[in-house]
Amino acid sequence: MPSFVIHEKCDGCKGGEVTACQYICPNDLMVLDEELMKAYNSEPDMCWECYNCVKICPTQAIEVRGYADFCPLGANCMPMRGSEDIMWTVQFRGGTIKRFKFPIRTVAEGSVSPDGGFDEGQGSLDDQLLFTEPASLKVDKLWTLSDHQ
Amino acid sequence: MRDFETVEVTTDLLIIGPGMAGSGACVEAAHWAKQNNLTITVVDKAAMERSGAVAMGLSAINQYQGENTPVDYLSYVRQDLMGLCRDDLVMDISRHVNGSVHMFEGYGLPLWKDDQGNYVHEGRWQLMINGESYKAIVAEAGKTAVGIDNLYERVFIVKLLLDKNDKNRVCGAIGFSVRENKIYVFHCKACLVSAGGAVHVFRPRSTGEGLGRAWYPPWNAGSSSYLTTTAGAEMSSQEVVFIPGRYKDGYGPVGAWFLLFKATATSASGVNYMAEGLSEGGELHNWAPYGEVKPIPTCLRNHLMMQKMYSGDGPILIHTDKAIAKLAESAPNEKAYKKELKKLESEAWEDFLDMTISQAVLWASKDVFPEEGPSEIMPSEPYFIGSHSGASGAWTSGPEDLQTAESKSEYFWGYNRMTTVKGLFTAGDGVGNSSHKFSSGSFTEGRIAAKAAVKFCVENPEMPEADPGKIDKLKQDIVTPLEHYDQHHAYTTLGAVKKCYELPVEEVNPNYITPKMAMFRLNKIMDEYVAGWGNQYNCSEMTLNIALQELKRLKEDLSKLAARNLHELMRCWENIHRVQIAEAHTRHKLFREETRWPGYYYRTDFPKLDEKNWADVFVNSVYDEEKDEFQVFTRPKHSLVNIREVVGM
Ligand SMILES: Cc1cc2nc3c(=O)[nH]c(=O)nc-3n(C[C@H](O)[C@H](O)[C@H](O)COP(=O)(O)OP(=O)(O)OC[C@H]3O[C@@H](n4cnc5c(N)ncnc54)[C@H](O)[C@@H]3O)c2cc1C
Ligand code: SF4
Ligand code: SF4
Repeated sequence: MPSFVIHEKCDGCKGGEVTACQYICPNDLMVLDEELMKAYNSEPDMCWECYNCVKICPTQAIEVRGYADFCPLGANCMPMRGSEDIMWTVQFRGGTIKRFKFPIRTVAEGSVSPDGGFDEGQGSLDDQLLFTEPASLKVDKLWTLSDHQ
Repeated sequence: MRDFETVEVTTDLLIIGPGMAGSGACVEAAHWAKQNNLTITVVDKAAMERSGAVAMGLSAINQYQGENTPVDYLSYVRQDLMGLCRDDLVMDISRHVNGSVHMFEGYGLPLWKDDQGNYVHEGRWQLMINGESYKAIVAEAGKTAVGIDNLYERVFIVKLLLDKNDKNRVCGAIGFSVRENKIYVFHCKACLVSAGGAVHVFRPRSTGEGLGRAWYPPWNAGSSSYLTTTAGAEMSSQEVVFIPGRYKDGYGPVGAWFLLFKATATSASGVNYMAEGLSEGGELHNWAPYGEVKPIPTCLRNHLMMQKMYSGDGPILIHTDKAIAKLAESAPNEKAYKKELKKLESEAWEDFLDMTISQAVLWASKDVFPEEGPSEIMPSEPYFIGSHSGASGAWTSGPEDLQTAESKSEYFWGYNRMTTVKGLFTAGDGVGNSSHKFSSGSFTEGRIAAKAAVKFCVENPEMPEADPGKIDKLKQDIVTPLEHYDQHHAYTTLGAVKKCYELPVEEVNPNYITPKMAMFRLNKIMDEYVAGWGNQYNCSEMTLNIALQELKRLKEDLSKLAARNLHELMRCWENIHRVQIAEAHTRHKLFREETRWPGYYYRTDFPKLDEKNWADVFVNSVYDEEKDEFQVFTRPKHSLVNIREVVGM
């Protein structure tokens, strides 16, 4: 399957307007049962296992069990996503455990500038230069067909 | 009719689908719009932070030009597509793409660097990244640029609107919220469609719980193609799908394994089929000139793999163990060897964990250790992804300065990346024949298109207007599947039973068809008659004509789709979008009487390349929605530069 929600751990995002998993799922699969205040994956066979719901859940209530039509049971991959890194724990069916840590971003969330740190450029609407060019290209001039001999 | 509120939004430029291309469009458009006092509105069916094909992350930036010239890049793309691409579009992206990548770095995307501070290349054009948050980072730049108040998330766009006085002029779009009973009507001067490619048109290899584990993400349902086609835009190369050869079942990436770790693949009996194909008298010589030049085109690599599989010499194995051993061997001593092995292992797992976590889950669940033995690879089902190694999409204008005297009359009509419909722009998977742009090139093309779209708004300041009667009809059409359900569901026992959850239990009801069954019907038609994996990628005039008949009946039945809730309403419309690209694809395949991309599909009645008749033409089409008719025809290919030597990967 796909992602599933552990009943005990889910608190329905404490009744917020949209739960975190509902907000993020690119395929609109996560639904909140408002009576139980628990979320569930409403269409497991349309899940890409993108793990976005797993990574965002504040209570670690969501995990993934590999698709039953080709994954033997017993393994588990779990991420812990921080503000700069992600830590993965990969648990094999046979018991082996591997851990990996990778950086995810070098600029703090919320402080990205659309120009990427380059000046706004020298173009006008009538030429071929894009925003931040030629600075962001790190050459003086944009290539054109007459530059090709 | 259920109670739906209508929300009207008026803007100058409307961006539909802020994936990679759309995010680039946001960054670029915001700059030029500010200078010209224009407004921008962005709409996404999902949450922009994690929408589109990069939602999970990526482990590489596949297009970076570095010190190479746009002509070098063109040589590679033209070769990979068996001679057919739009030179102007490919070189245009290539000359700008470095700037986009440098901006990504400024946004905080971690690019791998070597000891000297240079980017680590996977191959000539590809850069390795720590890309878990790639989309989140790029989306943040886009959102910051346009302002969060101008972004509408969870709104699915159903159709574009055309000017009541000029049918060849776009003036807006209509869609609905998948969260509340609201229909959105957007009015605009220019519109940029970047709603991705299409999956689940063909039957996927896994059809149980793993139905969603296609290589391409299940949420891109052919909307770029549907929206532009039904607005009357000329489309191109709709026959050119992409079939990736990937790790079996999980579809984990092989690029790093082949390019970075230098792994080789063999048939079951141990034949290195690529070397065999290239050798004297080998299969690749039947596909000259493209087969005889390196790098071997993507479709031909598939072709060699398929020949082995279908002659009984499968499965195909990728020798991860040998590759790792060979790389680690170069270490000077035991300690360095162990360290190197650990580093390679971590890099290999990151490749999966950053962009295809399912593959890591699958390896863990089968106790696969890549250093211990080989793994199976396999060609997937066909996808529509014009930004990758496919080519389907709209026929658009190119840049004015990258034309020859001959090409200009055909490749340029005023605004870069504008379709043949006035004010309608597209980018990324939406543009045909500008393949191999990938994430960075799609972002770049979004920028190119957005600047031109702003220019269009400035030069065409009057606000076009849709016919109110047409809007009312569309509003009714949008909610019809909900009404079908309301009217008929009590007829059968399953429909009347109170369910705990609205789980996808398929209701059998003679009055309607559920979106999932409509999708399965489409998948079966395409798989069996239009060259899916189930028919070993074969089709012929006869099977394609059967498909067209079946698609006609399916289209009629789409008017009887039923939805139980807004989520299923989206599923209904996704399938309406899919069927459109399915039909266009089938008609294009029927028209091109040759096999140009073996390994993507075979016309068994025309099993060879036909350089004389088909090497220099694109297959294009225009759809007339009122008559429900396609016109299919050719457009000439112009070579803007002579390629002396193909620059490889
Ligand atoms: C598995 C996989 C691996 C890849 N690996 C790499 C790689 O390693 N390196 C690389 O550079 N590239 C890679 N690519 C290619 C890259 O992801 C694409 O080229 C790129 O995402 C295309 O950008 P796009 O904007 O056209 O589409 P997308 O990024 O897919 O964006 C489409 C947008 O449209 C929205 N949308 C769709 N339909 C509608 C609708 N009806 N209404 C409203 N919004 C809608 C979506 O929500 C999304 O926001 C990979 C692609 C895949 C699928
Ligand atoms: S994000 Fe987690 S806690 Fe919140 S509703 Fe979803 S599963 Fe429950
Ligand atoms: S893993 Fe991805 S596709 Fe599946 S439910 Fe979670 S967010 Fe949605």
